[in-house]
Amino acid sequence: MSESSATRLSVFKTYKLYVGGKFPRSESGRVYEVTDSKGKWLANAPLSSRKDARDAVVAARKAFGGWSGATAYNRGQILYRIAEMLEGRREQFVREVGEAEGLSKSKAGAVVDAAIDRWIWYAGWTDKIGQLVGGANPVAGPFFNLSTPEPTGVVTVLAPQDSSFLGLISVLAPVIATGNTAVVITSEKSPLPALSLGEVLATSDLPGGVVNILSGKAAEMGPHLASHQDVNAIDLAGAGAALAKELEIAAADNLKRVLRPQPVDDWSADPGTSRMTAFLETKTVWHPTGSLGAGGSSY
Amino acid sequence: MPTTLTAFADVTTSDSALRRFLHGLPGVDAVGLEARAAALGTRSIKTTAKAYAIDLAISMIDLTTLEGADTPGKVRALSAKAVNPDPTDRSTPMTAAVCVYPDMVATAKAALNGADVKVASVATAFPAGRAALPVKLADTRDAVAAGADEIDMVIDRGAFLAGRYLDTYELIKAVKEACVRPDGTAARLKVIFETGELSTYDNIRRASWIGMLAGADFIKTSTGKVGVNATPANTLLMLEAVRDFKAQTGIQIGVKPAGGIRTTKDALKFLVLVNETVGEDWLSNHWFRFGASSLLNDLLMQRQKLSTGRYSGPDYVTVD
Amino acid sequence: MASLFEYAPAPESRSVVDIAPSYGLFIDGEFTDAADGKVFKTVSPSSEEVLSEVAQAGAADVDRAVKAARKAFATWSALPGSERAKYLFRIARIIQERSRELAVLETLDNGKPIKETRDADLPLVAAHFFYYAGWADKLDHAGYGANPRPLGVAGQVIPWNFPLLMLAWKIAPALATGNTVVLKPAETTPLSALFFADICRQAGLPKGVVNILTGYGDAGAALVEHPDVNKVAFTGSTAVGKKIARHVAGTDKKVTLELGGKGANIVFDDAPIDQAVEGIVNGIFFNQGQVCCAGSRLLVQESIHDELLDSLKRRLSTLRLGDPLDKNTDIGAINSAEQLARITALAETGEAEGAERWSPACELPSSGYWFAPTLFTNVTQAHTVARDEIFGPVLSVLTFRTPDEAVAKANNSQYGLSAGIWTEKGSRILAVADKLRAGVIWANTFNKFDPTSPFGGYKESGFGREGGRHGLEGYLDV
Repeated sequence: MSESSATRLSVFKTYKLYVGGKFPRSESGRVYEVTDSKGKWLANAPLSSRKDARDAVVAARKAFGGWSGATAYNRGQILYRIAEMLEGRREQFVREVGEAEGLSKSKAGAVVDAAIDRWIWYAGWTDKIGQLVGGANPVAGPFFNLSTPEPTGVVTVLAPQDSSFLGLISVLAPVIATGNTAVVITSEKSPLPALSLGEVLATSDLPGGVVNILSGKAAEMGPHLASHQDVNAIDLAGAGAALAKELEIAAADNLKRVLRPQPVDDWSADPGTSRMTAFLETKTVWHPTGSLGAGGSSY
Repeated sequence: MPTTLTAFADVTTSDSALRRFLHGLPGVDAVGLEARAAALGTRSIKTTAKAYAIDLAISMIDLTTLEGADTPGKVRALSAKAVNPDPTDRSTPMTAAVCVYPDMVATAKAALNGADVKVASVATAFPAGRAALPVKLADTRDAVAAGADEIDMVIDRGAFLAGRYLDTYELIKAVKEACVRPDGTAARLKVIFETGELSTYDNIRRASWIGMLAGADFIKTSTGKVGVNATPANTLLMLEAVRDFKAQTGIQIGVKPAGGIRTTKDALKFLVLVNETVGEDWLSNHWFRFGASSLLNDLLMQRQKLSTGRYSGPDYVTVD
Repeated sequence: MASLFEYAPAPESRSVVDIAPSYGLFIDGEFTDAADGKVFKTVSPSSEEVLSEVAQAGAADVDRAVKAARKAFATWSALPGSERAKYLFRIARIIQERSRELAVLETLDNGKPIKETRDADLPLVAAHFFYYAGWADKLDHAGYGANPRPLGVAGQVIPWNFPLLMLAWKIAPALATGNTVVLKPAETTPLSALFFADICRQAGLPKGVVNILTGYGDAGAALVEHPDVNKVAFTGSTAVGKKIARHVAGTDKKVTLELGGKGANIVFDDAPIDQAVEGIVNGIFFNQGQVCCAGSRLLVQESIHDELLDSLKRRLSTLRLGDPLDKNTDIGAINSAEQLARITALAETGEAEGAERWSPACELPSSGYWFAPTLFTNVTQAHTVARDEIFGPVLSVLTFRTPDEAVAKANNSQYGLSAGIWTEKGSRILAVADKLRAGVIWANTFNKFDPTSPFGGYKESGFGREGGRHGLEGYLDV
């Protein structure tokens, strides 16, 4: 460290939640200590409450109409913009991910690069998934018949506990790419990269409320979100087996779509499309085609 | 070409005849209509054309105050502004009218003191229109008796949406008759459809025809009191209606978009719609109006910019 | 036009684009002279002003460019799709950033109104690159099996009507799938492709992946016939398309052809009339009618013929023809003297064959290549103007009595690129669309394009599709 920087006291960042496009503290006023992998204090993160979760659902629902109604092209541009913004703050995230997950600078760098490229992957999917999972159905009758995927609505995402950044983005990006809005509960142990991601999202033309990020305990907020009647789906990636079962039972109250936790060895592997299709509904439209006229001739 | 309404005499003989006629009007494709309005919105109006359009727009404003808190003082100030919009530049045209509630008509009339600015009064239980017919007619007659030159009535959107087209038509006819003064002259009647509540473009086209058949002098988009007021698309559609009506009857009807038009840029877009849809026959305040209040100051600031070359600021126009 | 409210000139600033006095060919990442030193001039069709002088490629240059593309192919095709994607995303973003400059350039070189280059061409160009960028790392999901392979070197020849957009339609899917390209723009509109070369430089695209050869038809023919070209993509006239089809016979070259059209725009009596009028105008006067999918045949139900024609004529009288750089211009210049002569000759044939010609009062500028918006009425299937592609602002109006007859007449053409249907009745739209033999059917709209939507023709309008998932197939070894 150079002399001049040794004499200068650094400025700490107050980590805050990201809800409805704003950065509130937890309404509960609670924080908890976040440390690096060696136990060194990093920051006090908000310990979100069920009321924060409730507010986040309201924000996500409010944003759903606009986000799901935006063109796929527009959503793709915004996801790409997120990648652009992340690239510019790469060093910050390399440091935060390194501290959070105990990775060397080069390993953390690879994780952040993969996370940026993950946004690119999903930016390209927004206007393509429809052609893959939708299409015209050749029904046996004089009908036009078309199936198209639509986002399911507000999705609660329990982010992976270990992969605090790449894992989080890998589960979040597919949810919003297709037009859902999300309430994310970060890794409890390592919430800081996720909270900083909120700052990136806020400057990427992403409408407020599309992504809402809460730090705290999945076990505390999870049950309220899993049973919430205005939440349409839940991704249990960050839940342990017991919690996952409990939440899946709660989710049955309004038949939420549930994505069960799956073992992931390597978050940088090809993600495929299943995380998108998990949160899509299929809508099929019928319309008569009829004949050209009473004469009924054809060509 | 027929030059009277007789060609349409039979369509208002019964509810079912009127319904058949209205439902036989060509449909409106919303995407296409909005695309056309947006395309005309990209016209670039510069220099001399802009100067002309700004003065024209000022002269077309029905300078409006329609608040529960309206007082004689507020109405007098508004009237003074209508006559003399920019005290620093007397070449600025007067607005077309001031638009007030019926009980303020006399105040406005006195404040205008004979200047060539009309007094328009809303009537017929504006803005909701939820009152009995005799009340609406009394409201109208009061305003006319107090000296209103123009009456801005609201249709009964409930009746229209319930499919009672003939009731809608009869109401307008009755109000039209209530606009007649003892000397046989009449206040000009503007018919407000509240397009935001009619919701569909097909409804707006149908309402336009009801209004025109019933004797409206102007058809007007909105009260300014609901979420969606004048838009380029609904105004374009109403311009198409008056264009078609004139082609079929020879009768020219005015159009007044109202509510939500706040900037010079917006106003110029509407004038382009007029220019390219119905042409110069409508390019005067006898046939086209803006229902607006804050629009005037923006026009004045733009006017100052054109004459001085400097951007103006809100402290250089009056706040009345 | 109303004289009360005469729009003052509102020209887009020419200063946003800096055109050099001369340009070379773009081969292997460098600008270079033609081997034989030949050059040709490109002019602004609206003024006949010489804009620049560009190198004229010959067979030797084609060979050099193909070699460069071949060399680049090995590394380009071996890149992970996610890396190719990022190059294409960069290109898309740079096009967005430079879109005003490119719009002005395209308007100068092509003659089309700035309103169109600004609001249609350039946004579509950027969107096309953005869309195919997204495919580069998803080819496994495109429905062509696992790990589909590129073809190799693509020889691409594009027309002058949408110079940069046709470039995008060609280059974006080719690069996304891992091919390298040699592209020849039309001789009357070489500049935007050369500016695109500069965008490739800014994006850091590896040299040789994109090569641009400006020149004439001989260069195009040499490219198409080059033995080391694996893929031929051509957009242009049906006559040239047939030549190409013959040239590639017996080779392994994969071919896609986007050729001519004589699109029928069918208006039923229950159409949304005001929007139909706009659609007819857009269908035939967009880009001065120099559009392969133009709605150049208006088929109108006889019962509303007079009413519709009145509306259409009234609307045409408001079209503003003139300086393409003026933001209020609706109709720009015809692209070249040659094209103007072709349109003029076909219009004269129309009159000679007895069709009734009408144009709005419309003053044409004294220099440049101009043709007034023109309608022909009393046209039948037997008229030349109902059969031949005019590729200009000329609309032939025919009538029909029943949907059957409309479909029969619409299909009675050697072409099958586009068609329009105007009716408020949904089942009629679908029934008629079902029977039309054309690759793109627009209902209650016209001339809509989107990178996600496949475009291409039936019959002599060509084969293969550009755009959408389908557009990948022409560049994959499947």
